[in-house]
Amino acid sequence: MRNRTLSLKILSSVLIFGAWEVAGRVPVSFAFPTFLESMAALWTLTIEGTIFTAYVETLKPLVVGVMISAFFGIGLGVWIGLSRKFDWFVSPIFIVMQSAPLAALIPLLIMVYGIGLTSKVFVVCIMAMPVIVLNTSGAVRNTSVSIIEMGKSFLGTRREIIMKIIMPSASPIIFVGLRLGISAGFIGAILSELKITPTGVGDIISYSRSIADYPSMYAAIFSIILLAVLFLNILERVEVMIFKGINKGLVSD
Amino acid sequence: MNAISTSSKAVEVRNVFKNYGEVEALQDLSLDFPRGELTSLLGPSGCGKTTLLKIIAGLLPADSGEVMVNGETVTGPGPDRAFVFQDFALLPWASVIRNVAFGLELRGVGKSEREAIAEKYIADVGLDGFELKFPHQLSGGMRQRVGLARALSVDAQVLLMDEPFSAVDEQTRRKFQEDLLNLVKHENKTFLFVTHSIEEAVYVSDQIALLLPRPSRVSEIIRPSGFRDKGIDSIRRDSEYLDIVDRIWDSLRTYVE
Repeated sequence: MRNRTLSLKILSSVLIFGAWEVAGRVPVSFAFPTFLESMAALWTLTIEGTIFTAYVETLKPLVVGVMISAFFGIGLGVWIGLSRKFDWFVSPIFIVMQSAPLAALIPLLIMVYGIGLTSKVFVVCIMAMPVIVLNTSGAVRNTSVSIIEMGKSFLGTRREIIMKIIMPSASPIIFVGLRLGISAGFIGAILSELKITPTGVGDIISYSRSIADYPSMYAAIFSIILLAVLFLNILERVEVMIFKGINKGLVSD
Repeated sequence: MNAISTSSKAVEVRNVFKNYGEVEALQDLSLDFPRGELTSLLGPSGCGKTTLLKIIAGLLPADSGEVMVNGETVTGPGPDRAFVFQDFALLPWASVIRNVAFGLELRGVGKSEREAIAEKYIADVGLDGFELKFPHQLSGGMRQRVGLARALSVDAQVLLMDEPFSAVDEQTRRKFQEDLLNLVKHENKTFLFVTHSIEEAVYVSDQIALLLPRPSRVSEIIRPSGFRDKGIDSIRRDSEYLDIVDRIWDSLRTYVE
């Protein structure tokens, strides 16, 4: 079974990269390099070390933003899920945040917070936080009424009911929110480097485009996707390790 | 033991009213539950029997009236009562032993002590060897045995059972009913048992409170007397058993759509 999923993964990669190679050779557009050209450019960027110095810059707002979003996002989400009043008060902000056209808000952010790290962290948070908050609050709110009643009838305090019943019950969905939030954070980090000030990977992308070095541009885009996929895979492993598959079966089914 | 807890009534319900918005769930309901006996709350659906049980458990507030357990007024859940849930209410992420010990965990009992107690009750309900299994690996009947072991392990004097056998299959159910009779005999506890099955109520009860709906009231209290000591195997053939079943059905049939 494991071998089969591995070979499926390899097969789908070969198909996608093959299609990319073919599309590049046709060519679909003058500005669309082949897969091999892009990989060669990625190799050069790696040898020169450019890509590493770029990621040091890009990861700063990403890591800070994702950590803020995870910490406050889960905290707010739990609170929203527990309190109807707080839900009524705060939820609309995140729903608006999730559907707002971010690119249009960036000039506003620059006006308030300047062109430094703060604005970029904000962009990452705006992308990552809503999905974490909304998933967490939904998961908390949907905790089975009967296990909460069980906790009350066996004399659990409010704190014990939250920590020992609601949080474990909500944690699989909270993890889904975290995964979605982090991938949105990646988008936010690159977007901020393209729209605010070109640094890091965003700088490679916009600079290569301006000098028509399309292979390098696509190499940079490819590397960020690769990094995101790798990171999300690691997070999924962690998730599986924590829950050991025991949450697959519902007790009352 | 003090004078109050040796009185013959374990639970007293006095003039309880409960409305859900416009709907009258319970109206001026009074009922006594004798100590050491099993009392069934029997009635058609919508007669408020689960509502009454949850008020006694302290999970729902009554609009007015009073519930007393061992002479003390109920204001919320207490250590003198333990609840067995219709849908078992187990923690899906916790093993059988943690689920059984969970009531003790919430009471602050240390890990080794509560697991020793839990192990005893797991064996008592016949789940020896399943301590480390998870709820989804058990059958419905076994899950309810976990729920029962959890309620027994906190050693409350009053056990509140909300249709505990309605989600298990017929054969398991019969076994449960027999086990319940043994439990009532050997554990010195008071059992409050909600059911919608007439046969089940007559089979297991020392006292049956027949509730009629809209608004809920106690229409009749029946105390089967003749067949309880004749042995488990002959109950269902006893003529008193059959008469009571028929009599209850006569009272209930007009309320069933």
